[in-house]
Amino acid sequence: MWKWLHPYADPERAYKLSGTLFPWFATLACLFITIGTVWGLLFAPTDYQQGDSYRIIFIHVPAASMSMAAYMGMATAAFIGLVWQIKLADWAAASIAPIGAVITFIALFTGAAWGKPMWGTWWVWDARLTSELVLLFLYLGVISLYASFEDKVLAARAAGILAIVGVINIPIIKYSVEWWSSLHQPSTIKITSKSTMSSEMLYPLLINILGFGLMIGAITIVRFRAEILARNGMRPWVRELAKAEEVK
Amino acid sequence: MQFDSISDFFNMGGYAFYVWLAYGVTFFCLSTLIITSARQKRKVLIEIAKKMDREERLKETRSTKS
Repeated sequence: MWKWLHPYADPERAYKLSGTLFPWFATLACLFITIGTVWGLLFAPTDYQQGDSYRIIFIHVPAASMSMAAYMGMATAAFIGLVWQIKLADWAAASIAPIGAVITFIALFTGAAWGKPMWGTWWVWDARLTSELVLLFLYLGVISLYASFEDKVLAARAAGILAIVGVINIPIIKYSVEWWSSLHQPSTIKITSKSTMSSEMLYPLLINILGFGLMIGAITIVRFRAEILARNGMRPWVRELAKAEEVK
Repeated sequence: MQFDSISDFFNMGGYAFYVWLAYGVTFFCLSTLIITSARQKRKVLIEIAKKMDREERLKETRSTKS
């Protein structure tokens, strides 16, 4: 397997491969998010307790679950970069961080906009909300550590260690609603047993979760490719691309 | 369709402000992220091209001096 995988650790091949993958991610992401959002806003039934305010769920839950998934992706890439010294993995981790930060902010903000009419408050310092806020700070920490060193090998190592240590926060977010009493409701989507949610609401939600995942993938590819170019400015193939861009 | 009319849809059962605030901010954040990410590549390439020009000029001045 390593023999087969190894050529892809070459920056130029990674740049080209991610370029061919991008349209698939982008198209599917647009498709899923459009279907999920239109279905959720227009066709999903009104909740008998929360009325139409619950429709925030179709962006809140995808953003929140993907903020954690993106963090795991970033930490995995950082781990690979640290252990096997694969620079491409470091660059991938650096490309995910800003996207994760935006998604986490969206999860927090939509949560607040949902909390105000339902709980009567924008914010409470309970376990779920606070640990998600810590996730945002972890992302911001990784971004600023990576940005503060001129030497990007060193920068990736520093940011990578923070990303890996921060993984401890993920199970805390996930199980916070079970470990501590919280205003936040426990999860309604269950993998092992039947979800406590009508399928009419569940399907658009699942479609949007998938759509958010694909969208994060697509934006990661875009940033990853720019990062490859920025880190390989001395290579002839990048210089050719730069020349072509200058002519334009 | 859950709503009888367009105004009914925009009203969101009285929760219009919160629902559209959430959706609006999400849309704004994601579009900003997508636009800045899409512009990154060109910015990087222009920077590299500028660096190449500088190197070229340095080479020229060196060769005329000697």
